[in-house]
Amino acid sequence: MHSVSVRDLTLNFGSVSVLKSLNLDVEEGEFIVLLGPSGCGKSTLLNCIAGLLDISDGEIWIRDRNVTWAEPSERGIGMVFQSYALYPQMTVRGNLSFGLKNQKLPKAEIEKRVGRAAEILQIGPLLDRKPGALSGGQRQRVAIGRALVRDADVYLFDEPLSNLDAKLRSELRVEIKRLHSRLNNTMVYVTHDQIEALTLADRIAVMRGGIIQQLDAPQVIYNRPANLFVAGFIGSPSMNFLPGATVDGGRSFRCGDHTLDLAGYEGGAVLDRPSAILGLRPEHLDLRQNPEPGRSLPAVVEIDEPMGADSLVWLKMDHRQISVRLPVERRLKPGMQVHVHVDMSKASLFDAATEQRI
Amino acid sequence: MADRPLPARTPAASRLAEGPRGARPRPTLSRRNILLYGTLTVIAAYYLLPLYVMVVTSLKGMPEIRLGNIFAPPVEITFQPWVKAWAQACTGLNCDGLSRGFWNSVRITVPSVILSIAIASVNGYALANWRFKGSETFFTILIFGAFIPYQVMLYPIVILLREIGLYGTLWGLILVHTIFGMPILTLLFRNYFTSVPEELFKAARVDGAGFWTIYFKIMVPMSLPIFVVAIILQVTGIWNDFLFGVIYTKPDTYPMTVQLNNIVNSVQGVKEYNVNMAATLLTGLVPLVIYFISGKLFVRGIAAGAVKG
Amino acid sequence: MADQVRPSRLFKNLNAKIASIPMILTAVVVFLGGTAWTILYSFTDSKLLPRLRFVGLDQYERLWSAPRWLISIENLAVYGVLALIFSFGIGFMLAALLDQKIRFEDAFRTIFLYPFALSFVVTGLVWQWILNPDFGVQHIVRSLGWSSFTFDPLYNADIVIYGLLFAGLWQGTGLVMCLMLAGLRGIDEDVWKAARVDGIPTWKTYLFIVIPMMRPVFITALVIVTSGIVKLYDLVVAMTGGGPGQASEVPAKYVYEFMFRAQNLGQGFAASTMMLVTVAIILIPWAYLEFGGKRRG
Repeated sequence: MHSVSVRDLTLNFGSVSVLKSLNLDVEEGEFIVLLGPSGCGKSTLLNCIAGLLDISDGEIWIRDRNVTWAEPSERGIGMVFQSYALYPQMTVRGNLSFGLKNQKLPKAEIEKRVGRAAEILQIGPLLDRKPGALSGGQRQRVAIGRALVRDADVYLFDEPLSNLDAKLRSELRVEIKRLHSRLNNTMVYVTHDQIEALTLADRIAVMRGGIIQQLDAPQVIYNRPANLFVAGFIGSPSMNFLPGATVDGGRSFRCGDHTLDLAGYEGGAVLDRPSAILGLRPEHLDLRQNPEPGRSLPAVVEIDEPMGADSLVWLKMDHRQISVRLPVERRLKPGMQVHVHVDMSKASLFDAATEQRI
Repeated sequence: MADRPLPARTPAASRLAEGPRGARPRPTLSRRNILLYGTLTVIAAYYLLPLYVMVVTSLKGMPEIRLGNIFAPPVEITFQPWVKAWAQACTGLNCDGLSRGFWNSVRITVPSVILSIAIASVNGYALANWRFKGSETFFTILIFGAFIPYQVMLYPIVILLREIGLYGTLWGLILVHTIFGMPILTLLFRNYFTSVPEELFKAARVDGAGFWTIYFKIMVPMSLPIFVVAIILQVTGIWNDFLFGVIYTKPDTYPMTVQLNNIVNSVQGVKEYNVNMAATLLTGLVPLVIYFISGKLFVRGIAAGAVKG
Repeated sequence: MADQVRPSRLFKNLNAKIASIPMILTAVVVFLGGTAWTILYSFTDSKLLPRLRFVGLDQYERLWSAPRWLISIENLAVYGVLALIFSFGIGFMLAALLDQKIRFEDAFRTIFLYPFALSFVVTGLVWQWILNPDFGVQHIVRSLGWSSFTFDPLYNADIVIYGLLFAGLWQGTGLVMCLMLAGLRGIDEDVWKAARVDGIPTWKTYLFIVIPMMRPVFITALVIVTSGIVKLYDLVVAMTGGGPGQASEVPAKYVYEFMFRAQNLGQGFAASTMMLVTVAIILIPWAYLEFGGKRRG
């Protein structure tokens, strides 16, 4: 039994297709992050699961119930919004208990649940204040509390941290992770922030154009992206792409005048492809003084950007710019001739035509 | 970052609150400032003049009016004209003064304001948050309807009111005010509720609130300012109405404006200008008091009512 | 749990549909239906009661050969053009004066706008009194020694329309001022700074930079003021009763007289239809400019 199951979900706005026959199964207790650029349909998908948007086709199941046409409140969900969406004229207590009152729960039960949520989120002292008197972080805690009191099967988060500043964001991120490990509820979390996705998720669904591009554990998404889009979207600075061709029966990668040995590449059958793209993450490269045939490419240092913990070196290689992440102690002068050493076991190879990983 | 939705401000009104943008002021008592404040003061005096004339005339006795000039302050203040205007002035055979019209206007204005705002606010809320197929089309017709000269619809409404038995009654006029108040009020409320963050509405739906619960528990409590604006708009608008009052009521139920006109422009008898001015002032008093009390909210109302014809 | 069925479209959102019934009835029955009804009956010879006996354009021919209607139209045109020019001129000037970072801005604005809170009936009666030749302005100027001074618009058919204009402007200019002031406040302060750096005189900045930027405000104000002018009625009734003679008749009054006094409904319908046409001529280009290309309303 899946906790949430989306089957062939299609959503059209007029003639525009926003979600295209989308499938997604979320396991019980799993933390799923929907990640993608704005307009990819991630929030739309979440709103469909919540029942806030009427879908065009397909089915949505939560636990063992088909909730495709159920009201949002009947789906067993709790939801946290980006703008907090607290009811401004009600106190924090009023905000937390509003949904429970609508469910006509007995007073004692409401008290109990509000108290428990307040304790978990440490918002007890705020209960009699109005949202206007709270800071951004406190407001978002209250908003999470409002979802918690519902004792839902699934919690939905719609970019909950986007309105917070960087420091608060990382604090609350940790808190949400703690909350998940404590409650062990199913959570579906929408964000465009890859750090949030990589840190929080059990599995990430990377979306683009209303389609899930890849659904995998964060490490798999990061190390073995399924296609060029996922490879480019995840990682900052983004992956270096070298266009070229695979030759020698798929044993080598030719890029301009240089050739790299593909022996260590972990992937499918490479074969000879006239047009392929080699993807290399900046942290998987190293710079050395001496070349190593088949394992390195010559380049010239352009700029060295020390960033505290490490430094980012921008190089010019055949009029192409590539970046390499190095320990900050290694300072390089612009104009230096260097050799970029490639760890092929961590590289990704894509077919330029299909953009899929080979 | 505030999650508390600001009271909806029409762009115009919020700009008024922002402060001047014009050229920078120079030191006080420069030639420019004398000219500026001089001009403004003269114009302000011109605008205040009619009000002043009304007041002083209404406080004079007729002999003094016949002798003196209308701008002179009263030598001997008398409140007799006010008493007469309120309780004794004649229209036709009735000589019970403007008080009858005043109470008629109250009986017309209060239910009209309540009814029109109740209907329009729910309607604007439905248009903002619960759109259905065709809702925008009807709304567009409604807004364009606001520009149709009333004259085109006067007679069809007579027929409608006659059909439902309300022609000539206060409730008929109340219905007419509700109908003609609908475009501007619906627009006002729709725009306000549209400015409320959509996520608030979504959160309430997840919390199990339906159409009416969201309206009464979420939307109304957070939109009190816009209700005040609507009340100001409607009270002054309905109180000042003349045309609908003439057409859809009978002499017994004439609103104050109509009765005032009949008193002042009556051709019988000797003209008592002081009584006339007292009556005029009495009729203008309700909107004036509302205007001076409400201050910027009134400005917001007319900025919102900018589409009203 | 069994599969749930997609709810019927009709009952979806039922509460919102119920809540919209008053609006739908008003829009369709009163606004659309009423207008269509009046236009239809303007082609009949309805007298005391409406009846569907069509007489083609007879009512319109009679209308356009009636001196009273022609006076009404002429009056409306003169009043309308002058009211537009002066209310925009004065309204903009007042707004510009108030926009000079002056003290007591609120007090001045309150004074300029208060007449707008008053009804046309009150406005008309006050000005009737001020312009009264035996007691008002004329009397006072004469008593100051200028005994030949004559200013009696309400009793002189040639200038009565200017008397109305005095009152109308007093009542309505504050509104234009308010809209203009909002427009001025909407202009980025950097524009003023840039103009000052470039050494452009203030009046030139207003004329060539600010006013063109305020085009949308001018258009909105134009539509509001114009559709108000077309409805001009209460002011005339209260101030002049259409007199002296028929010198200050206006179309809205013509409609009222024929519909509810002269028991000649057909004429009333034809006249009101002509008013609608007037508004449409103003409104359609505006609606096209405002909403054309973009989504509706």
